[in-house]
Amino acid sequence: MLDQAEGYTTADGRKIGGVVMEMKNITLRFGGVVAIKDISFDIREGEIRAIIGPNGAGKSSMLNVISGFYTPSEGEVWFHGAKRPQMRPFEVARQGIARTFQNIALFEGMSVLDNVMTGRLTHMKTGVFSQALWKGRAEKEETENREVAEKVIDFLEIQHIRKTPVSRLPYGLKKRVELARALAAQPRLLLLDEPMAGMNVEEKEDMSRFILDVNDEFGTTIALIEHDMGVVMDLSDRVVVMDYGKKIGDGPPDEVRNNQDVIDAYLGVAHD
Amino acid sequence: MPDQVVYAMEVTLNGLMAGVLYALVALGFVLIYKASGIFNYAQGVMALFAAMTLVGIMDGQVPFSHLINALFGTEVHHFGWHLPGLLAILMTMAVMVALAWCVQQFVMRHLVGQEPIILFMATIGLAYFLEGLSDLMWGSEIKKLDVGLPQGINEALDSVTYDIFGYGFFIDNLDVVATIIAALLVIALVAFSQYTKEGRAMRAVADDHQAALSVGISLNFIWVMVWSVAGFVALVAGIMWGTKSGVQFSLSLIALKALPVLMLGGFTSIPGAIVGGLIIGVGEKLFDFMFGPMLGGATENWFAYVLALIFLVFRPQGLFGEKIIERV
Repeated sequence: MLDQAEGYTTADGRKIGGVVMEMKNITLRFGGVVAIKDISFDIREGEIRAIIGPNGAGKSSMLNVISGFYTPSEGEVWFHGAKRPQMRPFEVARQGIARTFQNIALFEGMSVLDNVMTGRLTHMKTGVFSQALWKGRAEKEETENREVAEKVIDFLEIQHIRKTPVSRLPYGLKKRVELARALAAQPRLLLLDEPMAGMNVEEKEDMSRFILDVNDEFGTTIALIEHDMGVVMDLSDRVVVMDYGKKIGDGPPDEVRNNQDVIDAYLGVAHD
Repeated sequence: MPDQVVYAMEVTLNGLMAGVLYALVALGFVLIYKASGIFNYAQGVMALFAAMTLVGIMDGQVPFSHLINALFGTEVHHFGWHLPGLLAILMTMAVMVALAWCVQQFVMRHLVGQEPIILFMATIGLAYFLEGLSDLMWGSEIKKLDVGLPQGINEALDSVTYDIFGYGFFIDNLDVVATIIAALLVIALVAFSQYTKEGRAMRAVADDHQAALSVGISLNFIWVMVWSVAGFVALVAGIMWGTKSGVQFSLSLIALKALPVLMLGGFTSIPGAIVGGLIIGVGEKLFDFMFGPMLGGATENWFAYVLALIFLVFRPQGLFGEKIIERV
């Protein structure tokens, strides 16, 4: 089913392409604590890839490695066929990897629109001096960026709160604004850190729909972390299962669901 | 109109002008505090350093000449040129940007994530270092600064008010110019932070570091930029105060006057710094005019601090500051 170079076709007929990101033998240590132990996996063009595991399994650490917030102690990160040198988070973001945070990191003092517009910063070329000198070009760029931002806002159905300061929004909407900001960057890879954490059933359903729609509409490659098993199984094309920093399963949801190690380590515990 | 009211009006006007200068210094504090949470004790010394550098460059003074002469037995003091004000201001600005880079690279970068009190201590150290550096570079004698700003009584205002009240107000031209420049500076700063890419990034960094990183903003770059902008504000304040009362060590003490301004206006608000500055300026002049004679005069020395104390008791976040709500 999985052809190394060509990719594969999903059950619902979507064509998944070549490797976008490859993690090779990643190990992450904090002093004596080993958070990630020798894990390898890849993320392919256009797929929704999930990383699951019980609390403390090292999922968030893995996401932080991908987004450059942590530097792996050993192993290599390959992005679009090139080995990535050690990079700081803002450099990773400029490469086209956008992310959200488990505990929501928004600019609380700004409006929803301004927050989404910050997602366009990596696409803005004119600086302050050229902005002063060539007003026309700067205005054209601002309009273009604004259009992208408005499109994302429409898409995620948050038009009615465009001008609202983020600090006044309820939790579920904040999560959606954070997704909007990440999407506004038109990322080559979108990382979602527990996008459904702390949401009620209705909000979870909304968020799942948005994730699927984003992937469908823009063809965005998505890697997400989640510990709500039901949601993950419905959403994702392939799943990596982690436990105590080790990879104990990797494959399509159905395959992972029937993997005995996974059942022992995670499903059995979580659902008894 | 009774004489007392007319005098009070003149005093108020003068107070407003003085307030603008306080606001200028306070603005430098607010910029850095907003963007990095650092209370920059060195802001006043930065104004002194900027003014010293400006005078030095204008007069063609050789920096570190005492040190150079002592080390090598030479006798160099002057390059023998005299530069026009505008060119010297541009060169001084370049020095302030270099200073900003050094501060970030050698001090603040290593203290990211430390307690605010540690950052504050670092800026105290920076203040003393800069003070020493100014002396070493340019010498410690009092210098006259003249970049061509008009000084002396404003004749137009004098005659207009004489026609209306039969009493001509004494308003210094320098104060008028300072007011105009300060207004332009504030408009420029607001436009910068609202409508430019860098300004947007600056506000983002002020709000949330992690989120800023995740949208591709380099914190280091923004901090250098913020220190540069603060250096620019310090330069403007240094020029105004330096022209008014000479470039000397006491210039750095105007920073202390900015403290009550900040307590009134709030540490995080640009409009607050301006309104706070104006209130202090007008307040201390009017207070001295009305109650000075009863209290033995010189109330300007303490009025601002007493007002700030009262504010601290009743409205600790200042007029415009963000209210700090602690979750229990």
